[in-house]
Amino acid sequence: MAVKYSKDHEWISVEGDVGTVGISQYAQEQLGDVVFVDVPQVGRKIAKGESVAVVESVKAASDIYSPASGEVTEANAALADAPGEVNADPMGKGWFFKVKLGNPSELDELMDQAAYDAFVKSLS
Amino acid sequence: MSDPGPLKHTPLHALHKELGARLVPFAGYEMPVQYPTGILAEHAQARTAAGLFDVSHMGQVRLTAKPGQNAAKALETLVPGDITGLQPGQQRYTQFTNESGGILDDLMVTSTGDHLLLVVNAACKDADLAHIQKHLSATCEIEPMFSRGLMALQGPQASQALARLVPSVATMKFMTGAFVTIDGAQCYVTRSGYTGGDGYEISTPADKAEAIARLLLAQPEVKPIGLGARDSLRLEAGLCLYGHDIDTTTTPIEAVLLWSIGKERRTQGGFPGASVIQKQIAEGAPRKRVGLLPEGKAIAREGSEIAIGGKVIGKVTSGGFAPTLGRAIAMGYVDKANSANGTKVELLVRGKPVPAEIVPMPFVKHAYYRG
Repeated sequence: MAVKYSKDHEWISVEGDVGTVGISQYAQEQLGDVVFVDVPQVGRKIAKGESVAVVESVKAASDIYSPASGEVTEANAALADAPGEVNADPMGKGWFFKVKLGNPSELDELMDQAAYDAFVKSLS
Repeated sequence: MSDPGPLKHTPLHALHKELGARLVPFAGYEMPVQYPTGILAEHAQARTAAGLFDVSHMGQVRLTAKPGQNAAKALETLVPGDITGLQPGQQRYTQFTNESGGILDDLMVTSTGDHLLLVVNAACKDADLAHIQKHLSATCEIEPMFSRGLMALQGPQASQALARLVPSVATMKFMTGAFVTIDGAQCYVTRSGYTGGDGYEISTPADKAEAIARLLLAQPEVKPIGLGARDSLRLEAGLCLYGHDIDTTTTPIEAVLLWSIGKERRTQGGFPGASVIQKQIAEGAPRKRVGLLPEGKAIAREGSEIAIGGKVIGKVTSGGFAPTLGRAIAMGYVDKANSANGTKVELLVRGKPVPAEIVPMPFVKHAYYRG
């Protein structure tokens, strides 16, 4: 399925019953240089909208909210040594964690690419 | 906060926009927090080459003695620094103190011989001006020069870049100032800054600020730097940020700024809060500003508690990522009893204890030019 976005600028890309979560191009631009990402523990049960990760830029710490409920199955360990991937490749190598979806119908409330692009445009 | 009204612009505002800066509200001004290259690149630029910072939002004030008066002596009634000892062309760092020894603002004072030039913090400048006017109007002419340009040129190549335009600045020593002509305009240059590195601050007429900034940016060593890197640079240098590391509740002694208090003034007093500060000089302050080096990668920001074995002993007042070191650093206040270098503490980051150690500052060695 295609990528979907939250109003908090997280994206989720689902394969089977597992979603991969990261932050959008717009979000990384707003944050500036990322220097540390605090990713959630594998096995953690998370709720949609819950603060599950923290991105530290030089300037500030920002909470990352899960766009879906479920259980964390994997966290991107590579970000520990290469947090800059969040800036360089936010939709790819800069992913944060994977979640086994508890309630796939939640994704219906998220924005598709066109809706998100329009949302970002409305912010500027 | 009451309605702050529209954001003010410095004389370089249009240039910031042209350079693609991200502009944010800061102390009532719309200021560049970063340019398109980003804070890490800007930080490295200022540490390895030269960077140009717009600091025109800061308050410049000129004091001139009224007939029969002494401006330095008058200013000493408001600050603990040795101002009467300033030779023409010398600059000093000091603080406006209050009756309880707290810090109203910190500032730079330069003597030109005929005048004292003060540079105060942007967020405090209106209050500072009112404070100066209240206490010094009888003895000094007080001229706020809030519309002038002020830019900082900082970094190991700042000297070669500025000397290309003004050869005489090459031999200026740290904490000295001089009138110079740049692009036909009379400017006042001091060899000082807020990065811990070599560099200059250049006060310009408002209507010449942009032309001079463009001239400096045309030098191959120089790139524009925003407030984001200004903060990470000063934190690496262990320098206080007013309103965070020092304020009306901290004394210069607690803030470990005793070095900035004149030797004679320590005994003679004569500044607001002198009795409190003199008592702390004699007996020690109840708490102390220290450097903190957290283990691992988590960043303890301002407000994080500092604890030993779960017992809170203080609070972080500035914390961030040090690009030069590639790791997190912080400063904060701890109880005097637990303030020794090497003390192991925990910093509470989002409720989780992060092991850290109290360390000497600066985190990055100062590189001032002392001739």
